[in-house]
Amino acid sequence: MENLELIFSEIFLSLSIMFLLIFGVFKKNSSTLIQNISIIVLLITVVITFNETIGITEVKLFNGSIIIDYLSSFMKIITLLAAFLVLIISSSYLKTFKIFKIEYPILILSSVLGMMIMISSYDLIVFYMGLELQSLALYVLATFNRDQIKSSEAGLKYFVLSALSSGLLLYGCSLIYGFTGSTNFDVITDQLNSNEYTLTFGIVFILVGLAFKISAVPFHMWAPDVYEGSPTSVTLFFTMVPKIAALTVLIRFLYVPFINLFDQWQMILIFLSIASMVFGAIAAIGQRNLKRLIAYSSISHIGYAIAGLTTGTNEGIQSSIIYITIYILMNLGLFSCLLMLKRNENYYETLDDLSGLSKNHPLLSLSLLLILFSLAGIPPLAGFFAKFYVFKAVIEQSMYFLAIVGLLSTVIAAFYYLRIIKIIYFDKEKEKYDNDHGFWLKFSLSVSTVFILIYFIFPSQIIDAVSKINIIQ
Amino acid sequence: MNFPILSSLILLPLIGAFFLFFIRSNKENNFTVKYVALFTSLVNFVLSIYLWILFDQTTSEFQFVEDRIWIQNLINYKVGVDGISILFILLTTFITPLCIISINNSIKDRLTEFLIAVLIMETFMIGVFCSLDLVVFYLFFEAGLIPMFLIIGIWGGARRVYSAFKFFLYTLLGSVLMLVAIITIYWITGTTDVVKLYELGIDPKYQNLLWLAFFSSFAVKTPMWPVHTWLPDAHVEAPTAGSVLLAAILLKMAGYGFIRFSLGLFPAASEIFTPLIYLLSVIAIIFTSLIALMQEDMKKLIAYSSVAHMGFVTLGIFTIQQQGIEGSIIQMISHGLVSAALFLCVGVVYDRMHSRLINTYGGIVSIIPKYSVLFMLFTLAALGLPGTSGFVGEFLILMAAFKDNFLVAVIASLGVIIGAAYMLWLYKRVVFGKLINSDLKQMVDLNKSEIVILTCLAVPTLFFGFYPEPLINTIEISISDLIKAYNIEIASKI
Repeated sequence: MENLELIFSEIFLSLSIMFLLIFGVFKKNSSTLIQNISIIVLLITVVITFNETIGITEVKLFNGSIIIDYLSSFMKIITLLAAFLVLIISSSYLKTFKIFKIEYPILILSSVLGMMIMISSYDLIVFYMGLELQSLALYVLATFNRDQIKSSEAGLKYFVLSALSSGLLLYGCSLIYGFTGSTNFDVITDQLNSNEYTLTFGIVFILVGLAFKISAVPFHMWAPDVYEGSPTSVTLFFTMVPKIAALTVLIRFLYVPFINLFDQWQMILIFLSIASMVFGAIAAIGQRNLKRLIAYSSISHIGYAIAGLTTGTNEGIQSSIIYITIYILMNLGLFSCLLMLKRNENYYETLDDLSGLSKNHPLLSLSLLLILFSLAGIPPLAGFFAKFYVFKAVIEQSMYFLAIVGLLSTVIAAFYYLRIIKIIYFDKEKEKYDNDHGFWLKFSLSVSTVFILIYFIFPSQIIDAVSKINIIQ
Repeated sequence: MNFPILSSLILLPLIGAFFLFFIRSNKENNFTVKYVALFTSLVNFVLSIYLWILFDQTTSEFQFVEDRIWIQNLINYKVGVDGISILFILLTTFITPLCIISINNSIKDRLTEFLIAVLIMETFMIGVFCSLDLVVFYLFFEAGLIPMFLIIGIWGGARRVYSAFKFFLYTLLGSVLMLVAIITIYWITGTTDVVKLYELGIDPKYQNLLWLAFFSSFAVKTPMWPVHTWLPDAHVEAPTAGSVLLAAILLKMAGYGFIRFSLGLFPAASEIFTPLIYLLSVIAIIFTSLIALMQEDMKKLIAYSSVAHMGFVTLGIFTIQQQGIEGSIIQMISHGLVSAALFLCVGVVYDRMHSRLINTYGGIVSIIPKYSVLFMLFTLAALGLPGTSGFVGEFLILMAAFKDNFLVAVIASLGVIIGAAYMLWLYKRVVFGKLINSDLKQMVDLNKSEIVILTCLAVPTLFFGFYPEPLINTIEISISDLIKAYNIEIASKI
């Protein structure tokens, strides 16, 4: 018998999902209840994940197809917490559009389950299974506001393109299987002959698939449309949670079986990184819709996270994880602000709607100001440190070109962040927005803002937590 | 552990700003808000005077050093002062309360927020001058962009958005390369502690690129020709208090940076690039002086004159002689006082007539005599009349420059003449002449607070003009040791 208690969190989560599904079918009007139970389930899963990994350095289960180590637990906890934050702030939005249904929390839970499997996967098949589980849930989530054409369009677009990328990914997996005779990472590592150039094709295909999932340029085309069309709370989920899982897989995949082919995939990653940083920064300038703008800014941010991975060192991986963690918290604040722009049962999401916000809503504007400056990477806010760690790791490998391009694109990106600030602070005010936001919305905004603001006082905490992640032995 | 006086200096304005945050600004308590801010900044000023009294002038060691671990194995929060930085801290704490007094009428809207921005700005500026770790320095250096962007953008004039963006993006662009350089230094030497770096030295083969990266940041901030164009825009659109902060203190960060980092850390590269600095400084002095001559807008004229004055400063720093660097520091202090006063003088007439154009005015000497006298004084100080602090700085710089490079010194001296021309012409056109614009007759003379501010600025201008000893005593040892270390470094390379 395997150590089933090590995957107890996944088992618990899947049992809860099934229970909630059945419960929701038989009990009418139970959306609020199911929502609350889901939130509690997520928290319990966090606790279980946290507990089961204490004292464990690295355990492989089921013939080495699942791995439990510090990286997986850390990323799982972040995933779960991010999903928790999404759930607690989305109910008022869903209620406004009358799509507050039982399926919403359940779909989120199932995609989280898929991500947890992805994060723990140590085998191409297991990884693909997790990926599809999360993707299927995400397709439905994107179309969740099914009466709106845009939402349906977003879901369809996401489905078609995602299916294409999954196909590429599977093709890559099969190529690797063909060359090494196994899908298990350990076996692949043993079988790997670094002269096997054709293996690079397999890596490239898998990288394309993963780049699609994290929306890195040039596989980003779906992101702006899907982000714009999906319900805002789902967009929040898109920008935060799937990226954590995909990034973990990317780390695991590149740094465990294919570390010996570092020279070959490094160039691909550098290209993805530079293209994302630059393109994300430039393309966002032309956007008027905030959700589209955030889509481009998230493309740009993922470029920085990838920059950490190009280094081939543990510091690089750590910096990338720190980056994504800080980014998630900033993003949470940004979307909380977006969810507060509500007037007469209507949500506003273009740049012009922010005009003169600071006159009527000084505190909201101040938070937004801090979040935007932090996203632009201006010290002493948290976003600066995120970039600092990444570029420190990059420069330690003497990759000056990447560092300079990255930093110059922060200047370009600063332009559109500044423009939002300009609209909020310098322009004429418009009508007031509603002020009766729910507690959780205010809570998440304050968490994000306070974190951004005081991160510089306690910068060591996250570093200490992440510094235990040592993928390269 | 002694009382952490430098950290208190850094934190006090922040605490003041924090209190202000909880006071709602409206018509009745504008008064309270202003006094809270003023009180905070005055306490800070007193504290910095106390610091100056305690300061030991006989050593070039860093004093009042605080060294705390900030990020394990990476960055220490390290602050300290030597003779060079203490004067800038004094300048900052001296100018800030004056700024706060000066916003009597000019800022009606969102006064609390404005004061918060000014106080936060003070925190960052003091932080820049006393940080002894490159990362901490960068943090403060960059963070100052946020409040200044808001000051220009929210409370500025008609083209404020353009100016605020230009200011922010220009300086950010300059600074990111410095960040790359700082991380590179960390990678090469394993530390970002300035004191340790002084001892360790940096391998000359890296110095040139690092120097250029730092230079890109400082050149924009100074500003040097040809990247000075953000300054006139920022000055013209910023509210008076913003212009004062910008001219008096912000521009000094770069001059300070040149002395502390470019000379201190990269002597070999400084030696190589000195001709470049000479060239740019001389161009700045002549070119921007000529531009200043043609300006219609008073603020723009003073802004261009700032660029010219900073040209003298960079020239003086890179003569790498005792007198040159002393002159540069005195020139910076003096420019801090005088340009602040000149912007306030423009602000005074702008508040009354709502015009900054020179041809609006003329013949106001008989209407507002007190103003005319004080304006005269600062005009003369700006052109470097003996007996004002402007003279001491310029004289020392030119003296050092003559020793080093005759041609450069001659051209720079020509700049002094053009400087006198545009300042006197400005004064003539505004104050003397026939009274043509009849609206000017309604102008009232300086009120009490304006007299207080301008006198506060006039006293040190004159005092240090006649008796610069206290300034020179403070900086002397630090500079001579800096030059000694520099020369040793250069000699060892040859």
